[in-house]
Amino acid sequence: MDVIIKNLGLLINATLIATPPLLLAALGSCFSERSGVVNIGIEGMMTIGAFTGAVMGLTTGNGWLAFLCAGLAGALFGAIHAVACISFHADQTIAGTAINFLGPGLAVFLCKAMYNNSSDTPAMDPGSKLPKLFEGVFPAGSFWSNVLNVYAVAYLVFLLAFVCWFVFYKTKFGAHLRAVGEHPEACESLGIDVYRVRYSCVILSGFLAGLGGAFVTLATINQFRPSVIVGQGFIAIAAVIFGKFSPEGATKACLLFGLCSGIKTLAGQSNTVSPNLISMIPYIVTILALVLFVGKAHTPAANGKIFVRSK
Amino acid sequence: MNRKKSILESNVFYTLVAVAAGFVIGAVFLVIAGISPATAYGKLLSSVFGKPKYLVWTLIYASPLIFTGLSVAFSFRTGVFNIGAEGQFVVGALAACVLGIMLKLPPVLHALVCVLAAAAAGAVWSLIVGVLKVKRGIHEVLSFIMFNWIAFYLSNYVVNLEAIHKEGGGEATKDVLESARILFPEGLRNALDCNAANWGIVLAVLAAVLIYVIIEKTTLGYKLKAVGFNSNGALYAGINADGSVLTALGISGALAGLGGAVQILGMSGRLSQFAGQEGFGFEGITVALIGSSSPVGCIFSGLFYGAMKYGGSKLSIVKAPSEVVDIIMGCVILFIAVSQVFRILFAKFHKKKEV
Repeated sequence: MDVIIKNLGLLINATLIATPPLLLAALGSCFSERSGVVNIGIEGMMTIGAFTGAVMGLTTGNGWLAFLCAGLAGALFGAIHAVACISFHADQTIAGTAINFLGPGLAVFLCKAMYNNSSDTPAMDPGSKLPKLFEGVFPAGSFWSNVLNVYAVAYLVFLLAFVCWFVFYKTKFGAHLRAVGEHPEACESLGIDVYRVRYSCVILSGFLAGLGGAFVTLATINQFRPSVIVGQGFIAIAAVIFGKFSPEGATKACLLFGLCSGIKTLAGQSNTVSPNLISMIPYIVTILALVLFVGKAHTPAANGKIFVRSK
Repeated sequence: MNRKKSILESNVFYTLVAVAAGFVIGAVFLVIAGISPATAYGKLLSSVFGKPKYLVWTLIYASPLIFTGLSVAFSFRTGVFNIGAEGQFVVGALAACVLGIMLKLPPVLHALVCVLAAAAAGAVWSLIVGVLKVKRGIHEVLSFIMFNWIAFYLSNYVVNLEAIHKEGGGEATKDVLESARILFPEGLRNALDCNAANWGIVLAVLAAVLIYVIIEKTTLGYKLKAVGFNSNGALYAGINADGSVLTALGISGALAGLGGAVQILGMSGRLSQFAGQEGFGFEGITVALIGSSSPVGCIFSGLFYGAMKYGGSKLSIVKAPSEVVDIIMGCVILFIAVSQVFRILFAKFHKKKEV
């Protein structure tokens, strides 16, 4: 019994560690997709955030400052995507593909240039990382200590999910962004600046994706490696689709995918199930969800379509 | 005036500008990194053109890229977006590798079986997505992304299976049997001074010609293009739109799968476990864009990308990160993507002048 409780604690812990990066990126993706701009560049934005976070953590020694800088780096890539898609009417999927080349390419390029041709940054000391909450409050090895052995920022991320829900459904900006993704022409005729709403949303999605990437390098592990993000940006997109493009749905989906990742972490140690098979679960679940709930899952009507403002 | 107009409206012009701009931005980052762009780009050039042997390597690098480029280009021309070429490439490589290890067949037949199986695997992987699109209305871009990752983990899973995993650890499969390889005869390989020289490039050019004929010269190609251009219009003209989408995706997937076969049976000879997606499919998107989605264009853009990849792999000799190639190519895609607006602006400008 003790073993089960201990493992359950570790599983919850692993889930709480795996979910925040996905959730940050997924919340960002919700903003972008609901405003009508497809953003498959999330993966690239996360990678550049992960790299920036690690570098700033190493140089400034301040985890929170590094975290913020990572968000800004992601926002910069969000801005590139926004300019290409909104002002220059580029195909959104192709622009996103370009971001996925540029983000990881630039991250590894700069890493090699800065750290003596190595594609990994050095490891940072624990003091430069994001702090943990509840450390030492519970006796070491106890259930609660296992469960709550999580970085403070993880709790903030779950709080942020609630804030996003509030913004989406209880504020004017939220109403505008949802409307702009459905019928931009109608919005424009009502005096809403479609371009401005979309720019805000896409840049915000880059910012959140950047934070998500930095969570991995500043909390989960303590350095940047090229393989640090691999697929998490795409899992975030899957979560958004699975969660029907809403912050609350995406949060649930991220928790589910975080649990998959938690199981993978634990099962990987015992070597009973192939981690590769467990890694497939989020993608298969998303496909099944699309097949089973089709019709109920409503894609924003103007998603991916080019909107040219009339004046 | 007309000559100027035709230049400003041609794809080639915008592509060349985009490529040039990509190199300029790459140079900016090289300068930031404290590396002379002249040294790095010089090394890039000399790595490709320095010796005849290097040119052979460029062809080897280009072959799978021409296939994935053709795959994406074919999908663009038929109105779908095969962002899943990555996954189809992986399952193609996987099928070729597994059969190349497990089957015992005479030389030419063995290779043929492996190549066909790879094409079939790629086609099936793409057709699943096609069926989801046609029957369930699920957008192909979404399901392609999912299937890319499923293929990625499937491949890593199979690589680690005992039956085909290389004995004594390592992260690769056993070597594909000689009978399944598509290498040039030994004499020719020695003459070229390149052990991995293979028939891949010949297959790639043949495939490009075949796709050109299908798209431009056959009723099938006309139908597929019609559906891609306006599916309602095509339906009204009595073309089975669903069937056309499936045919297009099947052919596109088969091409990407063939790319995987060429990579395994030609250059690498085995499959490895990967930490991240290899990217042949995504590079295929670049190849298709640079080649303006024309099959013949894909041959040239595939050669260009192959040269960049092979040359890029030698950049570490001058202490320049090879990732500069990714930066250049990312910029090229971005610039081609935004070039549309210049074309529209030019068309408007020109119209006004005529009025």
